[in-house]
Amino acid sequence: MAAAAELSLLEKSLGLSKGNKYSAQGERQTPVLQTNNGPSLTGLTTIAAHLVKQANKEYLLGSTAEEKAIVQQWLEYRVTQIDGHSSKNDIHTLLKDLNSYLEDKVYLTGYNFTLADILLYYGLHRFIVDLTVQEKEKYLNVSRWFCHIQHYPGIRQHLSSVVFIKNRLYTNSH
Amino acid sequence: KKLFCRNGVSLCCPGSLEFLGSSDPAAQSTGITDCVVPFLTRPKVPVLQLDSGNYLFSTSAICRYFFLLSGWEQDDLTNQWLEWEATELQPALSAALYYLVVQGKKGEDVLGSVRRALTYIDHSLSRQNCPFLAGETESLADIVLWGALYPLLQDPAYLPEELSALHSWFQTLSTQEPCQRAAETVLKQQGVLALRPYLQKQPQPSSPEGRAVTNEPEEEELATLSEEEIAMAVTAWENGLESLPPLRPQQNPVLPVTGERNVLITSALPYVNNVPHLGNIIGCVLSADVFARYSRLRQWNTLYLCGTDEYGTATETKAMEEGLTPQEICDKYHIIHADIYRWFNISFDTFGRTTTPQQTKITQDIFQRLLTRGFVLQDTVEQLRCEHCARFLADRFVEGVCPFCGYEEARGDQCDKCGKLINAVELKKPQCKVCRSCPVVQSTHHLFLDLPKLEKRLEEWLGRTLPGSDWTPNARFITRSWLRDGLKPRCITRDLKWGTPVPLEGFEDKVFYVWFDATIGYLSITANYTDQWERWWKNPEQVDLYQFMAKDNVPFHGIVFPCSALGAEDNYTLVSHLIATEYLNYEDGKFSKSRGVGVFGDMAQDTGIPADIWRFYLLYIRPEGQDSAFSWTDLLLKNNSELLNNLGNFINRAGMFVSKFFGGYVPEMVLTPDDQRLLAHVTLELQRYHQLLEKVRIRDALRSILTISRHGNQYIQVNEPWKRIKGSEADRQRAGTVTGLAVNIAALLSVMLQPYMPTVSATIQAQLQLPPPACSILLTNFLCTLPAGHQIGTVSPLFQKLENDQIESLRQRFGGGQLEETFDLKAKTSPKPAVIETVTTAGPQQIQALMDEVTKQGNIVRELKAQKADKNQVAAEVAKLLDLKKQLAVAEGKPPEAPKGKKKK
Repeated sequence: MAAAAELSLLEKSLGLSKGNKYSAQGERQTPVLQTNNGPSLTGLTTIAAHLVKQANKEYLLGSTAEEKAIVQQWLEYRVTQIDGHSSKNDIHTLLKDLNSYLEDKVYLTGYNFTLADILLYYGLHRFIVDLTVQEKEKYLNVSRWFCHIQHYPGIRQHLSSVVFIKNRLYTNSH
Repeated sequence: KKLFCRNGVSLCCPGSLEFLGSSDPAAQSTGITDCVVPFLTRPKVPVLQLDSGNYLFSTSAICRYFFLLSGWEQDDLTNQWLEWEATELQPALSAALYYLVVQGKKGEDVLGSVRRALTYIDHSLSRQNCPFLAGETESLADIVLWGALYPLLQDPAYLPEELSALHSWFQTLSTQEPCQRAAETVLKQQGVLALRPYLQKQPQPSSPEGRAVTNEPEEEELATLSEEEIAMAVTAWENGLESLPPLRPQQNPVLPVTGERNVLITSALPYVNNVPHLGNIIGCVLSADVFARYSRLRQWNTLYLCGTDEYGTATETKAMEEGLTPQEICDKYHIIHADIYRWFNISFDTFGRTTTPQQTKITQDIFQRLLTRGFVLQDTVEQLRCEHCARFLADRFVEGVCPFCGYEEARGDQCDKCGKLINAVELKKPQCKVCRSCPVVQSTHHLFLDLPKLEKRLEEWLGRTLPGSDWTPNARFITRSWLRDGLKPRCITRDLKWGTPVPLEGFEDKVFYVWFDATIGYLSITANYTDQWERWWKNPEQVDLYQFMAKDNVPFHGIVFPCSALGAEDNYTLVSHLIATEYLNYEDGKFSKSRGVGVFGDMAQDTGIPADIWRFYLLYIRPEGQDSAFSWTDLLLKNNSELLNNLGNFINRAGMFVSKFFGGYVPEMVLTPDDQRLLAHVTLELQRYHQLLEKVRIRDALRSILTISRHGNQYIQVNEPWKRIKGSEADRQRAGTVTGLAVNIAALLSVMLQPYMPTVSATIQAQLQLPPPACSILLTNFLCTLPAGHQIGTVSPLFQKLENDQIESLRQRFGGGQLEETFDLKAKTSPKPAVIETVTTAGPQQIQALMDEVTKQGNIVRELKAQKADKNQVAAEVAKLLDLKKQLAVAEGKPPEAPKGKKKK
């Protein structure tokens, strides 16, 4: 999904009605938002955080210093690790790491739903769609988290809903 | 503090610098043990473990956390910098550090991968005109970026001085106390090597940015505009022609004027006995011409001079070959040079020559002053002397049997068969090349310039000159490496007749060696142009000297001449900006040095391709910062896409709309916010053009012209004036505005294009009837120079399509047939006799490649010896090895030898 499309999705999820126009720059097709007052903004997470503030939903950026830092940590992870790593191997390492991280967590910051969850969900969608049933089960914590986020009100939009099976099929896989 | 870090950061990581530099006191109390995040597969440092058990595993997140703790609120601009740091800067920086620390590479090999990122920071700082990234005060963004950059930039070699805004930003931060402390703790005085253990564990960077030979432009980034910038652009536009200053009156001769900017421009003097080829032309005269024309457009008081370098062995040999006297050879070839440069439209104020009485006078004066001040040494050298001709023989005037391989016609400096370098006195059965009699070995005196004694002055001068100047990185690098290796005395005399006589008893038969007096040619050429030449050349306070050359000429202009001038103690004007190009290759890199075959200036005329197209393409591929390659297909492509479809198409359409829809009169313009935004975009690009040309980034500045024209094309395409002209009143007004704005952009382009394509520029200006002052002055703002009601002239197409078969036949003619393999397009300025005078300093990659080959060949030889292989076979492989070593020495720019013969101690 192109960054501009993703930001439009985010706008809808946040209940922003206006609909910004985005251009893309550079070989990584970094999104650029031309704001009305002041200079334009460049970068997916930068624009995303800006939109969150515009929608008066600052809580999505975290409430304490620690939570804010963790949100940003995962946003950075999103643009440096998830984007640009498309080899099968990389993705599996990434899912393995995330799976281990999410073992004791509901959301990326722990107990609160944040922008990090939204952008990781959007960023991972294209990979999760292609996982086999067995793989989904292998990354059980990721699957649980992903399934949860896709059912979070207003987030999924037109993205396809990924099916996860509740019953375990491969009992030996762990 | 509520949260504390138990396991701090590993110090073996560039990022941790940022951490320790953070203003929070907790930051300094962190431990130094490794902490690997349990859920991450790849080792990652630094890491901060929070009391909650959670981890922060990137430097910016950690720094952000400390800033948040101290009450800071996140803002868009900081977010943007941190995201840029993570996604753009870090990958480039890790690659650079990896090349530097793990692979031991140097110079441009390291800098190449981060240059774009560094330039981006520099532009951002200089554009917003603030000392720090996010404004007037230091912020999180500064700390994070400084910490990331510190390991590399702490070595001044990797902090390009031309990026002055970056430079001062980095210096300011580096002198702050917390930053200094952090740097000491982390790098522990080992400098960047402290990072080695960490970097070695990292994967090799996947894609070093396209540093190979490439002619593709760097991508154009969409500029970001503020309301303020737009408002300023609109105001400037509205002021129009009024804001143009009066034209400077033309002077003859051009002399420095107190209180003005006085720019003296030289291009390396081409050696007279060769017809210059495309490489020579782009390497010096054409590059200098663009800058000289630009300088005049800025109304700077400009003198641009060049001339032919006429003395030396090569001329004498050539004279013998052609059965003429050296003077006749020089006269003949001087005219050929002058004609070619005239065809290429090179705007010299004077194009002189070095064989003049002024040359003798000034050279001898400098020599006398050096002699009186004790900077000239005398030494005895054993050399061959022909009794019959009654003279000592320069290496090129002796032939004999090679002492190594027995080849009968070995030259005095090198054997053509085995390729080994030869000491002329070691030749068996030596023969004088002129009379064929056998010379004898005799002692003779030579004079040496005592460079070691002048080294300190040179370093002081460089220390004053380099910072903030526009010396190209390769010029800095070459100069620095010569100084690092220590200077040695250099012989300044030769046993020739064709040269400047040495005014000293006992040296009546000798002349000055060309590399001592060729650079003095600039002075004597000026002296022949005006008797007040000293106002240019003994006036360092008022004159800005720009010298253009290919990089093999850097030692003479950056070391040798400055030493002579400093030692002469006569207040000479020394080079302020030394602009050196890399090499231009031919097609896919095939070229041969030996036969003197190439695409020559006079042949370019016969191709039927206009001079301006040649100029455009050569400047488009100017080897600026890296080698580039001339390619016929690319020439066709660039002509058809950039000139015909982009630039030509836009300018022609703008003019045609005025003629067809508005009867040749520029229509009224009522600017909408979109138009204003376009004005600001064009202004920004124009300013970028100025910034680049002020730094002599000629090739990059050309891209700005093409970018503006692309903006223009898009603007026309989106607004469709050809449809609107048939519409309602409002539509017709809109068509008028679009046409008016477009034709004004065309007018601006014609001026910006002037340094690159003077003839095309003049054609456009004639077609648009651009008022004279607007033709000759380029301000930093985009003005409305064709106001409503202005009548334009007749518009016609500017460029012609190049056809495939036309280019194919040119390729056949110049690159095909028997001569195909023998093109020499190295952008050398003075193709002097190879062994005696050339100092070729190859790129680091070439050197590395040669080193690898030497190692490989060495192994082959060792293996063969171990196997007790056939003697001849071993000898053959050894010869290959020696040849490679020799190539390596040449590539490393080892100084050329003093006259052959054993020096008596």
